[in-house]
Amino acid sequence: MEYVIEMLNIRKEFPGIIANDNVTLCLEKGEVHALLGENGAGKSTLVGMLFGMYRPDGGVIKVQGKAVKISNPNVANELGIGMVHQHFKLVHNFTTTENIILGIEPKIGFSVDTKNAAIRVGELSRQYGLDIDPYAKIEDISVGMQQRVEILKMLYRNANILIFDEPTAVLTPYEIEELLKIIRNLTNEGKSIIIITHKLKEIKAVAKHCTIIRRGKYIGTVNVDTTTEAEMATMMVGREVTFKVEKTPAVPKDIVLNVKDLNVMNNKKVLGLKNFNLEVRSGEIVGIAGVEGNGQSELVEAITGLRKIESGVIFLKGDNITKIPIRERIKKGIAHIPEDRHKRGLVLDYSLEDNMVLEIYNQPPFAKNGLLKKNKIREYSNKILKEFDVRSGEGGKSMARSLSGGNQQKAIIGREIELNPDLLIAVQPTRGLDVGSIENIHKRIIAHRDSGKAVLLISLELDEILNVSDRIAVINHGNLIGIVEASETDENEIGLMMAGINKDGGSDI
Amino acid sequence: MKKCIISLISVFLGLVAGAFLMWASGHNPVEGFVYLVQGGTKSISRIGDTIATAGPLILTGLSVAFAFRTGLFNIGASGQMLFGGFCATAVGLTFDMPRPLLLLSMIIVGAIGGGIIAFIPGLLKAMFNVHEVVSTIMMNWISYWVVYYTIPAYFKGTMETESAKLPATATLKSASFSKMFDGSYINLGILISIISVLVIWFILDKTTFGYELKAVGFSRFAAEYAGISVNKSIISSMVISGALAGLAGVIHYTGNASSIQIGVLPSQGMDGIAVALLGATTPIGVLFAALFFALLHAGRGFMGAMTEIPPEIADTIIATIIYFAATSVLIERIIDNAKRRKSAKLEMKEEK
Repeated sequence: MEYVIEMLNIRKEFPGIIANDNVTLCLEKGEVHALLGENGAGKSTLVGMLFGMYRPDGGVIKVQGKAVKISNPNVANELGIGMVHQHFKLVHNFTTTENIILGIEPKIGFSVDTKNAAIRVGELSRQYGLDIDPYAKIEDISVGMQQRVEILKMLYRNANILIFDEPTAVLTPYEIEELLKIIRNLTNEGKSIIIITHKLKEIKAVAKHCTIIRRGKYIGTVNVDTTTEAEMATMMVGREVTFKVEKTPAVPKDIVLNVKDLNVMNNKKVLGLKNFNLEVRSGEIVGIAGVEGNGQSELVEAITGLRKIESGVIFLKGDNITKIPIRERIKKGIAHIPEDRHKRGLVLDYSLEDNMVLEIYNQPPFAKNGLLKKNKIREYSNKILKEFDVRSGEGGKSMARSLSGGNQQKAIIGREIELNPDLLIAVQPTRGLDVGSIENIHKRIIAHRDSGKAVLLISLELDEILNVSDRIAVINHGNLIGIVEASETDENEIGLMMAGINKDGGSDI
Repeated sequence: MKKCIISLISVFLGLVAGAFLMWASGHNPVEGFVYLVQGGTKSISRIGDTIATAGPLILTGLSVAFAFRTGLFNIGASGQMLFGGFCATAVGLTFDMPRPLLLLSMIIVGAIGGGIIAFIPGLLKAMFNVHEVVSTIMMNWISYWVVYYTIPAYFKGTMETESAKLPATATLKSASFSKMFDGSYINLGILISIISVLVIWFILDKTTFGYELKAVGFSRFAAEYAGISVNKSIISSMVISGALAGLAGVIHYTGNASSIQIGVLPSQGMDGIAVALLGATTPIGVLFAALFFALLHAGRGFMGAMTEIPPEIADTIIATIIYFAATSVLIERIIDNAKRRKSAKLEMKEEK
């Protein structure tokens, strides 16, 4: 078999950690090759070397059978290797075409020839079924579309080998399906693709081979058709993984959170949440299902105090908390796993230790008379990091910024659960985590419920909502469409409700 | 550690640039540097003068560094320093109290004066998100004109452009201290600088207050999420930063000098930015950076007197050092590359 890419016995060390140890990955022409591994297993490092972001400490990289040194991304481009990053690198007030030609602008005299470029963009877009408007501005198009612009950027540069770094993490379920279609189109046109993901479903759907690494070590390469999801998961995690979330029926008791007639403005200064009512009792998990941007963020920010409300009342354990500051709400027993871990969840330039006491740094035993007790903070943080399996180069001393996304997320979840809050608000708690960690986090959330606390779960993953919640509230355009028992509903019913169609068949849009 | 090396490399590169300029303008760089260093260290009294010169620089550097660490760019240390010095001078000229009490009031009032000038930009930033670079610069001119008007109107000295001289008891000058350094103009001000360095280091590294301020500086959204009052932190940071600059004014105008001239913004304010950068925005780093800059300032004149080398060379050295300190990312990358190459070489040897 002829390989377009061979990465043989690759080794890469970072201070305090061996990111890749004797890893081999061979990509056939025209295939989709999945790269599977837990958070921090070294997937991004491996493809980073292929894209010239890092240089390997050992091993050989061959492109089309020839050994090459990829010293920077420009060399990778010349070799026909292109990468779609997890966080897009686009100029927001440029058009799609301007973004695509950025750096290699075709010129007529001294001016940029956008007209012909736009025609070429249009042609490529049609050829691969990308459906991109060459003149649309990036800020006006959806995240899924932006991703396609990134894909087209590489096609425009004649890349034959495309690397996708967790491409579905930022997409809605519908967008994911569209992306998988595009990926199939690309391979049909002869492109070879490496896709980093830990969503086994997607691997099953598009990939031919799957290479698995665990803690930097090469575990094996399997044929996707003849391997089950469970087998792949076991290889990745190193133990058997259950996909079903095990839990006993909920025993709801007192009302912990009571939201009454809540109206909240969104960032566009229109009502993002309209006359919203919700009760969450101790001992139950209430899931909020809805398509992204239908009022979930507004609800969470109103409860936690990050956003001003227009009208309505919020009660916590019977106390009116509508007007009290954020810190008071935390003290009264609200913990919050935020949607955006980089913006809200962590002070990225603080060490992990300092981040683990972000809400309680000024309380005993971590502070006395206004002085920080570093020893106590270290002990406490080590406990969380160990319990939640947060992996980092230098333990608690590592800068939060230096951790992989999944480990950052685990650290935040650990910190919030460790506060033992009466109300845990978990927004997308397993975003970007691998199956092993997801299983673990779900168990933790259910254990929190079983200890008699209330949980409000907001997720865009319908599976997660259905599996973990006891009751499900569906939200659409800021309206509460209805509340259903998780055990008595299914994906179809929730899906319809998410589109704004009521159980009774009525629509309120 | 790494930051320290970067600062030292910046200094080295600055000196190399200076040497090149001396050589290019037909002078002997070795001779130039000898006089440059001797100017600030040749005798005990010269050493004392150098330390005294460093005093205000330490405080303005500390002021800027503190603001940096808490996410603010205080470019108005000059105005805060001038106003702080003015307030202290006004107290010194107006009240008749026992000396310790008088000095203490001058110091406190000076710090408050600097703090007030910085409070306004802090408030504007917290309430209306007005960028502090703009508002602190504007405040420079407000304090400049306030002093310009008030000194001749109420505290006029023998000259139109100067305040009255402070009586010896109302200054930080200390005869015994000065004697210790062989008649240098060193004074009690340097103690204020050193104490401030320790206090700021303590606040930033050891207290919950410092934790809050730094958290807001790094990420105001994460701080807000954690329940830290972002607006209060921004205002506190600005006030403390301003108070430090105000103290610089106290020791400059009532220690190193004993009157205020109108129509001049003190250069130490802007130099503070350089000191903070070279000191890697740490209090201890600022202390050494300020001493080094003071040495260059002190040696500048001596070099000019003893050789034909234009004193502007010393300024050029300072400017080059600032340039390299400010672009420290570049130096960092070069160090990293060198390390990588070294480890690659070692491996090749091992393989052989």
